[in-house]
Amino acid sequence: MTTTATTSSPHHSALRWAFSDVLTLAKRNLIALFRTPTLVVFAIIQPIMFVLLFRYVFGGAISVKGVSYVNYLLPGILVQTVIFGSVNTAIGLAEDLHKGLIERFKALPMARMAVLGGRTVADLLRSVVVLLIITGVGVLVGFRPDGGIVPYIEACLVMLVFAYCLSWGFAFVGLAAPSAEAAQAMTFPLIFPLVFASVIFVPLYKLPWWLQGFANNQPISQATYAVRGLMLGTPHGNSVWVSLAWSIGLIALLAPLAVNRFRKAA
Amino acid sequence: MSEFAVEATDIVRTFHDGNFRALDGVTLRVPTGQVFGLLGPNGSGKTTMVRILSTVLAPTSGTAIVNGLDVVKQPGRVRKVIGLAGQFAAVDENLTGFENLRMVSFLNHMEKSTAIRRSHELLVDFGLDTFANKQAKTYSGGMRRRLDLAAALVANPPILFLDEPTTGLDPQSRQDLWSIIERLVEGGTTILLTTQYLEEADRLCKLLVVLDHGKIIAEGTSAQLKSQLGNTVLVLTFASTDDAQRANDLIAGIPEKPANVDGTVIEATVSNGPAAAADALRRIDDAQITLVGLQLREPSLDDVFLSLTGHKAEDVDSVEVPAGRRARRKAKV
Repeated sequence: MTTTATTSSPHHSALRWAFSDVLTLAKRNLIALFRTPTLVVFAIIQPIMFVLLFRYVFGGAISVKGVSYVNYLLPGILVQTVIFGSVNTAIGLAEDLHKGLIERFKALPMARMAVLGGRTVADLLRSVVVLLIITGVGVLVGFRPDGGIVPYIEACLVMLVFAYCLSWGFAFVGLAAPSAEAAQAMTFPLIFPLVFASVIFVPLYKLPWWLQGFANNQPISQATYAVRGLMLGTPHGNSVWVSLAWSIGLIALLAPLAVNRFRKAA
Repeated sequence: MSEFAVEATDIVRTFHDGNFRALDGVTLRVPTGQVFGLLGPNGSGKTTMVRILSTVLAPTSGTAIVNGLDVVKQPGRVRKVIGLAGQFAAVDENLTGFENLRMVSFLNHMEKSTAIRRSHELLVDFGLDTFANKQAKTYSGGMRRRLDLAAALVANPPILFLDEPTTGLDPQSRQDLWSIIERLVEGGTTILLTTQYLEEADRLCKLLVVLDHGKIIAEGTSAQLKSQLGNTVLVLTFASTDDAQRANDLIAGIPEKPANVDGTVIEATVSNGPAAAADALRRIDDAQITLVGLQLREPSLDDVFLSLTGHKAEDVDSVEVPAGRRARRKAKV
């Protein structure tokens, strides 16, 4: 308690500080993530289990016209993985809220929105790592993304953008939930129908007729069409643009909800 | 620097679309360079008040000036002159002690080298240097509190808000924290702390306000509050409620206010403990009533409450609680 306060060096603009605050918190969130073994298991082991389960257990029972099932499956698993990854945003923010960290952050001379920015950016970076790992696992079990490297990167961008925009919805859930456990539980009914009533695991024509309309048009299926088409080098219509449109629409709707909730939370 | 570090005027804060008034017109002045105490039971509005003064929450109405700055109009500037240690030790358990302080230093917009130096300095000051590279989840409750307080002091703020800084701590850790607080005040820091413990307020605070249901029900120095109460509580226990009632009639006049009879126990607030006890004993003995227990104790916050409000501090939960308030309190919003 001897030094005099040496805060705010003046040569940084507010925007640069905001950026620096986002990085500080994203880094903190990533350190925490990699030090929590259960979260790493949730992030990596679970999608690997899905790959193995559908590749070797259910895969034999599902046939898809004109493409090997592992090639059909893997892009969808990647979409599912980044979406499940964005659930982490809800859990992380709920924990910060109930442990008093958000209260602390709000009383600091930092950019307030960096709390949400740092969280969502950390979860996005985590998804990038997980995507690469699961792609590797996929290749080991026979996945061949024949579309080439550039379309593969484009496909990754499409789903990362989508998952990032969606994570603002989970930010809202996390800040509204009474506890971190509840936040996790609340995301389940939101995410499950969208992930499983989709074209991730089975082609559209194998779904019951009454489900096809929903399954075909919902955003996760559109992202899956785009990712699958790009990675395999097969036709994918306008699904890339539809997916990006969904992303923009979602963030335009969800970010204000999350920010408003954040303002009230403490 | 002005005479008052904090000047809050007529602060109102409602929740649930105005259905619950957490603060109902609170006015207080915190003189610069002292410890100021905000006393009250759970749910009395202490935490809400601290959150408003530290810019975490906006008041529904009223004005609050901290270090000459308006918390609503100049929140960014207020945040540069305050430190907040909230009700929970708000440390990231996955980070080490050092990483926690470095993170808060960065968020205070310090240069990297300054941030690292300051973090180490605080770890030494708070006796945490040997645990600097251990994750906070391995820390004891007392260590977490110290780390939390260190985080609030990163930028050397002239004004510090401490929300129940010693709740849940063992006696030794509580003593340690009290010494730290006293050291800070000697160094010129103004501290506003909330507490449920009269003993703590008595030891640390020059001036106190007592909050109940969002309103100030008493204020002054600790000595003034105590004299308002009498100095000591005389507790007499009897074998039956009958005996207690009879004894209560006999000792009438010894306490300044009528004693509180609860079953077989009489609690009387008296100004001169030993003399009052001797007097009461004599009268009870003369009437040949058997006394089962006798105790003299310092008044607690409960006694303050009983005397000021007519209900015990922990009874707050059982008086009319507006819908949603319990849940709200549990969620600590």
